Amino acid sequence: MTLNNKLVVSASPHDRSPRTVRSLMLDVIIALIPALIASVIFYGPRALLIECVSVATCVIFEYITRIAFKRSQSIGDLSAVITGLLLAFNLPVSIPLWMVVIGSLVAIVVAKQFFGGIGQNFVNPALAGRIVLLTSFPVAMSTWTQPLTWTMSKLDGITSASPLASIHGMISGGETPDVSLVEMLIGWRAGCLGETCAIALLLGGVYLVVRKVISPTIPLTYIGTVAVIMLIAGKGDFRFMIYELLGGGLLLGAIFMATDYTTSPITFKGKIIFGVGCGLITAVIRIFGNLPEGVSYSIIIMNILVPLIENATLPKPFGTPKKEKKEAEAK
Amino acid sequence: MGKIHVDGVISAVKKVRGGVKVDHHKNTAGCEVVRIPVPKQVVLPMQQHIGAPCVPTVKVGDTVAVGQVIGDSDKFVSAPIHASISGTVTAVGNVKLPSGVMAQGVTIESDGEMRLYEGLKAPEVNNKEDFCKAIRESGLVGMGGAGFPTHVKLNIPDDKKIDTLIVNAAECEPYITVDYRECIDNSWDVCSGIKTIKEILNIPNVVIAVEDNKPDAFEILHQIVDKENGADASIKIMQLKSVYPQGAEKMMVQSATGRQVPPGKLPADVGCVVMNVTSIAFISRYLKTGKPLVSRSMTVDGKAIAEPKNVRVPIGTSFADVVEFCGGFKDEPVKIIAGGPMMGMAITDINYPISKSNNALLAFSKEDAKIFRETDCIRCGRCAAACPLSLVPTKVVRDSKAKDVDALLKDGVMVCMECGSCAYSCPAKKPLVQNMRLAKSIIREAGAKK
Repeated sequence: MTLNNKLVVSASPHDRSPRTVRSLMLDVIIALIPALIASVIFYGPRALLIECVSVATCVIFEYITRIAFKRSQSIGDLSAVITGLLLAFNLPVSIPLWMVVIGSLVAIVVAKQFFGGIGQNFVNPALAGRIVLLTSFPVAMSTWTQPLTWTMSKLDGITSASPLASIHGMISGGETPDVSLVEMLIGWRAGCLGETCAIALLLGGVYLVVRKVISPTIPLTYIGTVAVIMLIAGKGDFRFMIYELLGGGLLLGAIFMATDYTTSPITFKGKIIFGVGCGLITAVIRIFGNLPEGVSYSIIIMNILVPLIENATLPKPFGTPKKEKKEAEAK
Repeated sequence: MGKIHVDGVISAVKKVRGGVKVDHHKNTAGCEVVRIPVPKQVVLPMQQHIGAPCVPTVKVGDTVAVGQVIGDSDKFVSAPIHASISGTVTAVGNVKLPSGVMAQGVTIESDGEMRLYEGLKAPEVNNKEDFCKAIRESGLVGMGGAGFPTHVKLNIPDDKKIDTLIVNAAECEPYITVDYRECIDNSWDVCSGIKTIKEILNIPNVVIAVEDNKPDAFEILHQIVDKENGADASIKIMQLKSVYPQGAEKMMVQSATGRQVPPGKLPADVGCVVMNVTSIAFISRYLKTGKPLVSRSMTVDGKAIAEPKNVRVPIGTSFADVVEFCGGFKDEPVKIIAGGPMMGMAITDINYPISKSNNALLAFSKEDAKIFRETDCIRCGRCAAACPLSLVPTKVVRDSKAKDVDALLKDGVMVCMECGSCAYSCPAKKPLVQNMRLAKSIIREAGAKK
């Protein structure tokens, strides 16, 4: 018997899981949609505009750099779309569009493609973009707009302080924040586009965990660590702790950015160290630092520590004798 | 030993780390094994096992009968090869193996009679030495796919105390159902084989391991064990969760006893012998009849096969003959695999002969061949999470690119059993198992230079 066609010969295994990089990225995009919808409801069409500009420029920059660097085209993996969405979620609605473009440039070209593209960047691209914008344009990056003011006739929204600042006032001066817990939960507060609606973010997080796109280890240890420290800092005040958890970009960061595959450890132990580390730094910055927010910095700092964490937490190959075991046998 | 339930069933001491949930595709589970018609010719390569190849003991023109030795070796790690059909030797010379390696081979033209060799008689077995000698003469090699000569495995030095015989009926490879059929159709052979081995090798405990996707095999073995067990109930049955690769030797030892086989060691070093259920049933039949390993059962399946079946074939039959018996191809085959989809080998041609350790022939059409484009690694860690042996394939990729032998040794590359869980779970479709083999060859090369 002879065959007309040529047979495919490849190394085992011959069965492969249906998961591809693109399908994983698509799941992340789906998980971001609730927060995207919330941002448009609360901050109006301009939020959508910023998100579109951010995504489009991220994809375009990725496309151009891959050509310029003579590398295979990679926009099909959809990771640039996620970077674009996350960057936009980390910006206030009043930001000028040209700044958004600078953010995309830093995220995709500098943080991602200069280091070799997907899988090679050592910090989260979207966070790198946000931090460069935050340090370059501090005023534009911390001008907050009250939600739903876009429905009013005024062209510029009413600006306000981030509620996190007034929450911090709770410990120092016993101030009560001007938003209720329910408002915090649904995102009825001033803040960056994608960070405010806790329900939408949690929904996305649950989706990612159920679809086994991410393991819940990092988000749980990260949020858990912040919760414990804030409980101690607030002398057992639960309300304060909840405000801290829902305020700022903690949920967005813990669920969507600290879990970035490339810039987080792959082992379970490593993930715990990473999550706790993020939580510690966030809490320390929030309590002792001048900045009202510490999520971006803490994740970036832990991103840089990932190679060290990985080396320290590499699993031992199966059957490697443990020292304790040897001693026990000797007895 | 794991927790013993009221009904004598034990639960696994330790759950296997990692692993992957693969689609089982046990489509042929209901197909009783059928004999294929005598092939016109068989080709018997002298390398059908791990270890030293055999040397042909026949020449062109010789008349041979079924069960007659046609190749043997004086090396310890080797097993003799027997004529699988009766007829005339038409060629002795180099043949190409599916792996691309050339080996000596004997071609036999059939006379259609399947005449048994007259010298065959049941071996006399009184002690361990007799037993191992008889097993060697039977030509038995591990039937589960690895092809390690069984007499070597059973020839355990006296300083190693074996306390548990583990009977591997897990059959965790997708598609393959021949071990399952052995449990159902020849359950008494399995049982008497177990008792013989237990007695002769003086092994106090036996654990039969079956995956929970084969409830009827479990039930049948359970009933027989219940009947045959003495008062001490030394034969136990263990039901495993169907997670690939539960049936791997090291995983079996861990599930049954909680012990881990250290790197570079064998199950015997931790007091265990793991044997495939089909090998055990064969031993039982061989001790009764003296008929050596001349045929084997295999699963023929895949979307390109017209009539998937379980077939019994003389060793050395070409894959093409088997495909023809199964109705030929109904779809254009894109990939043909000797063995299971996880650890089997994709072959370049269907005219290769079937060897002693071939437990399946799968012909995949475009639909089930699953050919993906490789993309960049995103460091998601799924490979490391899936590895049942706690290796980190991404690190091995890095270290093998750098040809860093010390790092590769530290990575535990030599521990890898190439089960394929890493590559299966990789979303970037990296050839991680291939890379493991590359890493192993880098280490071997460096060792050879020293």
